[in-house]
Amino acid sequence: MTTTIQTPRRSRRLPGRPAFFGSYEQEIALFNTRPKQIWVGVIILVAFGLPFLLTDPTLETLAIAFGFAIGALGLNIITGLAGQVSLGHAFFLGVGAYTAAALSGDPEGRTIGFGITNIAIWLPAAGLVAALTGVVIAPIATRLRGLYLAIVTLGLVFIGQHIFEEWSDLTGGAGVGREGARMEFFGLELTRTGEILSGDQKAYLTLLVLLLVFALAARNLARSRVGRSFAAVRDRDMAAEMMAINLPRTKTVAFAISSFYAGCSGALIYSLIGFFEPSSFNLLLSVQFIAMVLIGGAGTVSGTLMGALFISMLPTLTRQLPDYLTFISGSPTDIPNIFQLQEVLYGLLIVGFLLFEPRGLFGIWIRIRNYWKSWPFSY
Amino acid sequence: MSDRDQPVLRLEDVHLSFGAVKAINGVGLEVRPGELFAVIGPNGAGKTSLFNVMSGVYRPQQGRVEFLGQDLRGMRPHRIAGMGMARTFQNIALFEHLTVIDNLMLGRHQHITYGSLAAVVWRGRARRQELEHRRVVEEIVDFLELEQWRAMPVGLLPYGVQKRVELGRALAMEPKLLLLDEPVAGMNLEETEDTARYILDIRDELDIPMVLVEHDMGMVMDLADRILVVDFGEPIATGTPDEVQRHPDVLRAYLGEELSS
Repeated sequence: MTTTIQTPRRSRRLPGRPAFFGSYEQEIALFNTRPKQIWVGVIILVAFGLPFLLTDPTLETLAIAFGFAIGALGLNIITGLAGQVSLGHAFFLGVGAYTAAALSGDPEGRTIGFGITNIAIWLPAAGLVAALTGVVIAPIATRLRGLYLAIVTLGLVFIGQHIFEEWSDLTGGAGVGREGARMEFFGLELTRTGEILSGDQKAYLTLLVLLLVFALAARNLARSRVGRSFAAVRDRDMAAEMMAINLPRTKTVAFAISSFYAGCSGALIYSLIGFFEPSSFNLLLSVQFIAMVLIGGAGTVSGTLMGALFISMLPTLTRQLPDYLTFISGSPTDIPNIFQLQEVLYGLLIVGFLLFEPRGLFGIWIRIRNYWKSWPFSY
Repeated sequence: MSDRDQPVLRLEDVHLSFGAVKAINGVGLEVRPGELFAVIGPNGAGKTSLFNVMSGVYRPQQGRVEFLGQDLRGMRPHRIAGMGMARTFQNIALFEHLTVIDNLMLGRHQHITYGSLAAVVWRGRARRQELEHRRVVEEIVDFLELEQWRAMPVGLLPYGVQKRVELGRALAMEPKLLLLDEPVAGMNLEETEDTARYILDIRDELDIPMVLVEHDMGMVMDLADRILVVDFGEPIATGTPDEVQRHPDVLRAYLGEELSS
């Protein structure tokens, strides 16, 4: 009889040496050190506790921010991970938002509607339709890179906006709009106040759970064979080909996955906002997503989440400004007003981060971490 | 047994030109199993172009390229790489933001088979394969003595180590033929000797045939079984190091024409 040496399934950790891995299982684990496990656990616990601490309007803002974070995770996959600059994210958001709105819309209403209000159906459908659109566009995109790709995807936003404005049966038309998808899960209304929880509390928790699922999927993708091939295409596409990586196919897959995220994000955001019209899906929306990824830290999931929350909360912060700086007006008809200030801030933040911390908020976090890791020594 | 006799790579009368510039003009060669075949020539002789023809980056206008008995003409580079041709680059082409381990894992790309869906789920198939190939990669880390650099992004590593990682990445592919484009360019004597030792180990322990382009004549003459000399895209001579060194045309290409009265 042969005996094989069994490696212990769960190998011991050495106290005080968090970077010591006793097995490959430990090394490739999602959160491979004790501090990471503890921190992530604490953050998730706090996130689930927030609905009982914050007011409803704040929860609604946060829920929408989570929706944006899902979209930012998608842009991070195509731009941060696969290195393909896409300005067309707003278009895919629109495709998802209208797919969901049409599926869950009132069949007897003014706009197209099928009356399927279950989120378990319209959310995947929104993602899939957006992903399919991405695959259709990918053959053009895979032949281009850098600036040329940016210009083509920029064109996509304008074409998309034109289609959305003209196809008024679906979208309600320019300046009119239609209602977003209704959030209901097998009879459970997710945005309407019930007996135990308020509508905003439920919406917040729904979006939190969805964001965690999407973030986990993005992280798994990034550390897998697929994510590695994306990064290879980004860093050195010719060498990637020499690793038997099929460039057009890899870029198409990246586009499809990124668009899937965008579609789901669009469906969720406008379901929460309630009413939306074609002009929402403009270039500024795409720029907002790029700002989230760049400011958060391109190529990292945790950075993207930080960036998305930061940028989504920015309007809430700037809305407070007129109280402190009286020359800035809160009304869009005066100059200077907070809406102009917001757009200037996006630009300033992107430029500032690119100049001083290209790794974004994630980079700042790494610097703080390394400082404390090596404290009291400077390096 | 026919496997041992059949050449791994065969080029026949290859012509490649960019407009009016003839980069390769009628080059032919044969790499046999287990052989270390070197290509030498002055700067601009077309050595790297020859590599690019072999790996499918350039398409020759004329001639045949056969790898493992299969015609490579019109085949995309990633397909050729998938057949088992690995290469390193003259100017390092690593994935600089990824760690040493990730770079080596990318060498395993074609051997890892799970798809996007399994990747997203991670548990099960994806995790099992990642673990299995992580072990294989560790053998290469051990072989090339990269232990202390494992978790570093390769962009931060010293030049000599980067060259070694690139060699490792090619080895991780378990290639049937290895193309080395100037593996010791810019290295000091010690690093050159280390690399020479690795190359000999690859041939002796892993039995992988290699094509080597190199300017370090001492190393080429010591290591190569056979040498092809090219000049201005034209093949001048093929033979063992001794034969090549004595060949009058080779001397002329390297040392210049003798002024005869």
